[in-house]
Amino acid sequence: MTRVEMTVDGEPCEHEVEPRLLLVHYLRDVLEKTGTNIGCDTSNCGACTVHLDGRSVKSCTVLAVQADGSQVDTVEGLAGPSSDGDETDGWHPLQKAFHTEHGLQCGYCTPGMIMAAKDLLEENPDPDETEVREGLEGNLCRCTGYVNIVKAVRTAAAELREGASS
Amino acid sequence: MTAVDTPTTSNVGTTKLRKEDAHLVTGRTQWTDNIQLTGMLHVAVVRSPMAHARVTKVDVSAALEQPGVVAAFSGADLADQWAGGLPCAWPVTEDMQSPTHLPIATDEVRHVGDAVAVVVADSRYGAADATEFIDVEYEPLTAVVDMEAALADGSPLTDTQLDTNRSFTWQKIDGDVDAAFGSAAHVVERRFINQRLIPTAIEPRAVVCAPPREHREYTMWSATQVPHILRLMLALTCGVPEHELRVIAPDVGGGFGSKLNVYAEEAICLVLAKRLGKPIKWTESRSEGYQATIHGRDQIQDVALAFNEDHTLRGMKVELHADMGAYLQLVTPGVPLLGAFMFNAIYKMDALSFTCHGVLTNKTPTDAYRGAGRPEATYAIERLMDEAANELGVEPFELRERNWIKHEEFPYTTVAGIEYDSGNYEAATAKAKELFDYDGLRAEQQRRREQGDKVQLGIGISTFTEMCGLAPSRVLGSLSYGAGGWEHASVRMLPSGKVEVITGTSPHGQGHVTSWSQIAADALGIPFEDIEVRHGDTAVAHKGMDTYGSRSLVVGGYAVQVACDKVVAKAKRVAAHLLEAAEDDLEFDAGTFQVKGSPDANTSMQDVALAIFAAHDYPEDMEPSLDSDATVDPENFSYPHGTHLCATEVDTETGAVTIRSYVAVDDVGTVINPQIVEGQVHGGLAQGIAQALYEEAVYDAEGQLKTGSLLDYFVPAAPDLPHFTTDRTETPATTNPLGVKGVGEAGTIASTPAVINAVVDALRPMGVNDVLMPASPQNVWNAIQAAAPADGGAA
Repeated sequence: MTRVEMTVDGEPCEHEVEPRLLLVHYLRDVLEKTGTNIGCDTSNCGACTVHLDGRSVKSCTVLAVQADGSQVDTVEGLAGPSSDGDETDGWHPLQKAFHTEHGLQCGYCTPGMIMAAKDLLEENPDPDETEVREGLEGNLCRCTGYVNIVKAVRTAAAELREGASS
Repeated sequence: MTAVDTPTTSNVGTTKLRKEDAHLVTGRTQWTDNIQLTGMLHVAVVRSPMAHARVTKVDVSAALEQPGVVAAFSGADLADQWAGGLPCAWPVTEDMQSPTHLPIATDEVRHVGDAVAVVVADSRYGAADATEFIDVEYEPLTAVVDMEAALADGSPLTDTQLDTNRSFTWQKIDGDVDAAFGSAAHVVERRFINQRLIPTAIEPRAVVCAPPREHREYTMWSATQVPHILRLMLALTCGVPEHELRVIAPDVGGGFGSKLNVYAEEAICLVLAKRLGKPIKWTESRSEGYQATIHGRDQIQDVALAFNEDHTLRGMKVELHADMGAYLQLVTPGVPLLGAFMFNAIYKMDALSFTCHGVLTNKTPTDAYRGAGRPEATYAIERLMDEAANELGVEPFELRERNWIKHEEFPYTTVAGIEYDSGNYEAATAKAKELFDYDGLRAEQQRRREQGDKVQLGIGISTFTEMCGLAPSRVLGSLSYGAGGWEHASVRMLPSGKVEVITGTSPHGQGHVTSWSQIAADALGIPFEDIEVRHGDTAVAHKGMDTYGSRSLVVGGYAVQVACDKVVAKAKRVAAHLLEAAEDDLEFDAGTFQVKGSPDANTSMQDVALAIFAAHDYPEDMEPSLDSDATVDPENFSYPHGTHLCATEVDTETGAVTIRSYVAVDDVGTVINPQIVEGQVHGGLAQGIAQALYEEAVYDAEGQLKTGSLLDYFVPAAPDLPHFTTDRTETPATTNPLGVKGVGEAGTIASTPAVINAVVDALRPMGVNDVLMPASPQNVWNAIQAAAPADGGAA
């Protein structure tokens, strides 16, 4: 067993883990942060995408010990505080836009899709349709046909740009 | 029952943002694999690496020595736990051959992935590790992979307990086919291959089963589309009384038919929970699922159309070979038979013969995958109409329009004997052609053909219909299906004026909570926000037939409407009593009961709900409750239709296909929530286009699955798909009060032939008349080479 320490969604945590434990299993089974999902065993689907020190990674391809000393951010830490009555107030623009543009159906790919999109927008704040599609090529959705995901990401990008300039 | 006034519509037909989304976008989800229970054990399944073999030895003893391992069982160890094999609910013929399907094989394995042993440990990793210590010996038997060879005399058998690989031959003949073909001026014949697909819901299957605690009941959480069917079937399979089993479908991450089943692992978890007295969990890996979760499609289609001299369609012959795989799962044999009603599609004809050979092979079983029998039928007829247009020398739309049912001819009884209640193929087609710029693209195509462009433009048409709203129970009975097609809803009026709607449908992405809230809000005059929809738990929604076959809105939404109407009828009696008016003198609109002509004499639905809760003063001849149940059985299927147009750019040198534009005009009847409907069409298009261009489950001659993971099986990502232009026409169904027709499968059914017709159309001048699916660069290039004249010069 190996000791790991990291910050997950702003909370420090520390555990003895098997060296082979995948980061995604550490998040889901040890920390019980089940907002991040597993959709495959070949790193193709991207459902498990989280941020490791600010960059998106597929947490099924990272060992928990590799994340030792790092900051991990998942979809569960994305929303800020909200006013009474309307929790959507505190949502990240991507969460809002996936909701308003119907960028999700079953929602299983959504946490990974949102975290991948967040990384994309940090790199390219104003992507066109092709750039969004290519930027999300590591994340599979089986429900939406991607049209509304593309719309959601571009809607969120506009809101983030507006927020940055105001 | 008192006639109910028509309430003001303010929710139905408008986009309401989904109530489902909040927990999904924030990660506060309850997928089955999220569930952790005290003392929970994990099960891992040892699976056959061989397609067909005798199991000569299973020794679990070494596994039992591994750290954390609690138990391990061979198939023989648990053989006495099953009351029967896993169920097939659709015995399509009396002499149908169905291999015995034990959840864990005992002495013969019949496909790669067949379970041979299980190991139970205190951790996910521990159980997986211990599978390596289970010693299984196999004596290989010949694998049967090719459907036609499987039916040849002397073929090896897929199952040594049977004497044939033919599960069934099912036939339906309508009209005088010999006369239609005998006197035809033109006959167009083709063989199409509808390849095997893997549904690939993004959430893998998972099961948790807890043994009884304070109650006597077992509780099972499963990533299933069908908690109600599952409960009944597990009771029959595992010997647990139905009333002592509760099944919960928590958040379920897509299904597309792959979770419309009763699987070995569900039975295994129940039996292990019973045997070990501990909660048991199993979660499939994607690669495991590709072997153990059903596949779809897989038909060889020999089809022919007969035409008169004037291009009037006379008749159709269909002979199918449908690959069942190694076992008959829940509805495996019934899937291709839905085609018996769909090959004729939107066209008028005098005769239709349909023959289906259900063939057993040593592969993963097939079963319902999005569309289930209708995409296969639609593919064949829409491909064949294009081939016929080419052979007859007419424009493909002209041939279709000459033969389709005109809007003034509805209701129309088809050659297959079912009545299409409504439709307007002319309107959908006109709209699609305009959005697509059909004439402009045809002109461009002509120019590029004349210029001999290396990249050719192709235009593909699909004018489709489907049968949804599964299904009238009497029809299911006549087709030997093991259950009815009704649906149930309950409406509970809470004293505070809030409402609970309980539905027997079991959504997994379709947005029932939102759409059912819209229906109930309008029917009851209660705000959308004040309605909660509960589903997917047999202890809450005690009665239901679940979600598949584009049935939920058509049958389940209908049940919600009827249950709400009953509430209103009861409330009206109470309101009349409270207002000291005659019931006939009351109007009900937008949640208010008002005495006609006396605006001040009124009361609200919420006030009535509170009054009946208090029950101090209510009509003597009724119970103090507004709560109502409805179980509705549809009188007919519903028949959504539409016109889809696809433009492809096809590189004649490399075979690469790019979709340039895609227009879908769908008529799904009345629309409850336009945004949700559009989303359903988008998703359907993606899966239908994926069949046309990308996906194929490939087995080698030994029955090994070569596309065994997402590395090898091409599920399209965002860059692989185009933007879709969608629009609608709205011809309400006449067979349910909402006028709805169903939308879940439309895009999948329509799009596959639209894309392939476009690819073939691009290459038609080169002599190409068909392209195998998926139309990968290799398959397209091969088609071009095969069509090229011997001197190598293309047209």
